[in-house]
Amino acid sequence: MDLRYSDAEQAFRADLRSWLETTLPGLPPKPSPDDWPGRRAYDTHWQRLLFDAGYAGVDWPVEGGGRGSSAIEELIFKEELERAHAPYVGVNFVGLLHAGPTVIAEGTPEQRAKFLPPILRGDDVWCQGFSEPNAGSDLASMRTKAVRDGDDYVISGQKIWTSHAEVADYCELLVRTGPEDSRHRGISWLILPMDTPGVDIRPLTTIAGSTEFAELFLDEVRVPVANRVGEENDGWRVTMVTLSFERGTAFVGDLLEAIELLNASVTLAVRTGAWADSGVRRQAGHLKAELDALWALTKRNVSQAARTGIPGVGGTYFKLAYSETRHKLGEFSLSLLDRAGLAAHDLEGIDGGGLLPAGTMVEDWLRGISLTIAAGTSQIQRNIVGERILGLPKEPQAVAPTGTKG
Amino acid sequence: MDFEVSEFQNELAAGIRNLCEGAFPLDVIRQSESTDRVVDRTGWSRLGDAGVFHLCLAEEAGGVGLGLAEAALVFEELGRSLVPGPLVASHLAAGLIDGADDGSVVVGLVERPAAGSIGARTFPVIVEHLADIDVLLVASDAGIERLDPAALDATLLPRPMDPLTPVWSVATLPAGELVAGPEVAAWWRRDGAVLTAALQVGMAQWACDLAVEYAKGRVQFGRPIGGFQAVKHLCADMTVRAEVARCAVQGAAVTVDQPDVGDADVAAAGAKLLADEAAITNGRSCIQVHGGMGFTWEVPAHLAYKRARVLATQFGSADALAESLADALAESLAGSIPER
Repeated sequence: MDLRYSDAEQAFRADLRSWLETTLPGLPPKPSPDDWPGRRAYDTHWQRLLFDAGYAGVDWPVEGGGRGSSAIEELIFKEELERAHAPYVGVNFVGLLHAGPTVIAEGTPEQRAKFLPPILRGDDVWCQGFSEPNAGSDLASMRTKAVRDGDDYVISGQKIWTSHAEVADYCELLVRTGPEDSRHRGISWLILPMDTPGVDIRPLTTIAGSTEFAELFLDEVRVPVANRVGEENDGWRVTMVTLSFERGTAFVGDLLEAIELLNASVTLAVRTGAWADSGVRRQAGHLKAELDALWALTKRNVSQAARTGIPGVGGTYFKLAYSETRHKLGEFSLSLLDRAGLAAHDLEGIDGGGLLPAGTMVEDWLRGISLTIAAGTSQIQRNIVGERILGLPKEPQAVAPTGTKG
Repeated sequence: MDFEVSEFQNELAAGIRNLCEGAFPLDVIRQSESTDRVVDRTGWSRLGDAGVFHLCLAEEAGGVGLGLAEAALVFEELGRSLVPGPLVASHLAAGLIDGADDGSVVVGLVERPAAGSIGARTFPVIVEHLADIDVLLVASDAGIERLDPAALDATLLPRPMDPLTPVWSVATLPAGELVAGPEVAAWWRRDGAVLTAALQVGMAQWACDLAVEYAKGRVQFGRPIGGFQAVKHLCADMTVRAEVARCAVQGAAVTVDQPDVGDADVAAAGAKLLADEAAITNGRSCIQVHGGMGFTWEVPAHLAYKRARVLATQFGSADALAESLADALAESLAGSIPER
């Protein structure tokens, strides 16, 4: 166990840090949260800057056009970007972290040549069409149907939680190509150009008031068979392969953001006088211990991935623990704001100390609620830990409908 | 940076695990339950021979010269086997008290309550393992004092919380011979917190394993109870809790060994806080998974829960640890500890 960074790792950090110092001041002002075309322009401009500096696809293998960095360098990359308050991956999320790695692993040479470079350059934006209104935790029950018609699939159905759909060029789409009850065995992975006729996008507003989600309605949408990645009916495995690209760094930015939120909360508590309350101090101290432990767990997970090349079970442990800590942190900051937290708005304090950070704190508290739901609810994660790691008996499996009809 | 347990470290831990399974099987340990002596001198010497006490002692002083990281792995194994006795105290005392290093002398440690601290004028001092120890050390801000345990006016308390941690009541601790200064007391508190936390992680894992094993075998409603989410999720949470605490403890131990990577005192306090919680909560969950049998003396689930409570009172209570973390946090933000 060694927590010291090597000379090469320190040099990577130093170069990145100096590039960030010279580059970040030249960025345009951030667009407003609901200005989606503006956000797309901002995020893709940032991706282009990363590309030109050789930092695009830091976690992608060299064969895919990426930098091919080690898992440790990937950790340093995300850490430095967060510490420098660089832009988030934003609308590039699905392309860089999900669709791109899938095409690298399972795509044909033609698909790689066509789809990968524009993701790295920030030219193309992707969204994800996996979940359906009736297929959430039980994703394998999805029903959006693709029927072969010559060189095309004709697709009808509905997808949900399609982030950034409004500004996306492509959608990584899971469709049912097998019989209705074929579950994992009858799914295919397609690339859907978002300007195809029959694609209808309806925004969904979250409880935080933001609009990044959308519902996707597909009505006889034609997608060329050449846009299928992997074999027909093999899409479930294709999706799972993508997950093996995760090297324990998925939450590095979030974790550092949480550490900043705790610091801001302590600063607020000292300013308001709440810090005199031992209950407040102990909550802060406890959260500090939890966040430090999660940072140690992150380093453990990244180190495992660096050695074995595959993500361990630690990512599941991290998500379960982090989401709980984040809820507590959200409640803590909200309690410190007292009635100044009744609007998600930075209001002026009357002590002459400047703005009170109610805007970020209230919004953060609300967004934190999604953490035990998104990307596999905590209940599903606990099933995974219980069954796959501890070897406890499985939940009853869904069975194909039998017997009576109607 | 490679925060993965090395092959050598894994082998070291596996060796200690083997030793514990041979020298301290649970049914043998349990024979001394609720007696005033729980330390098996032969077993203690074998721990000494294996390096448990002199692992971190420099080679020129007769030790192995390893770091706290290795010691933390070893102590996790001792915790996993519920080995009774003043393990941490004897480890800290190696190099200071002759014979502690090879296990021929058993050393106990107690904190002298600071004058004016809460409870100091009300509670007698509670000392563990008095009949088993050859030397009693007393830690305070002034340093480490040495006392003769046999000369102490102490009363054995019936029904100790942990049947394998006998306790005595002492009205007033006499002043002893000062054998080390304040700087030693300070690092003992830090390293003692890390090693105690490592014991807690071992017990948290033991409780989790015992619960999982039971949940796989116990059948109700025609199914093993581990198939029900209500039970399965308890077990999953136990696993996560132990793993998070383990990373915190090992991270703290490495930070002590490699002071450039962080604040070792902060890391130690955080690790102890989470490891205490993991052991206590997992001990409690283990009892719950066992249902009515978990409430019996026969099923060993209660042993980890009770020992965890004992260890949680050593090297900083939860409140004290959280307060020290809060102070460090505020100081790092403001440059000084804010007034209260």
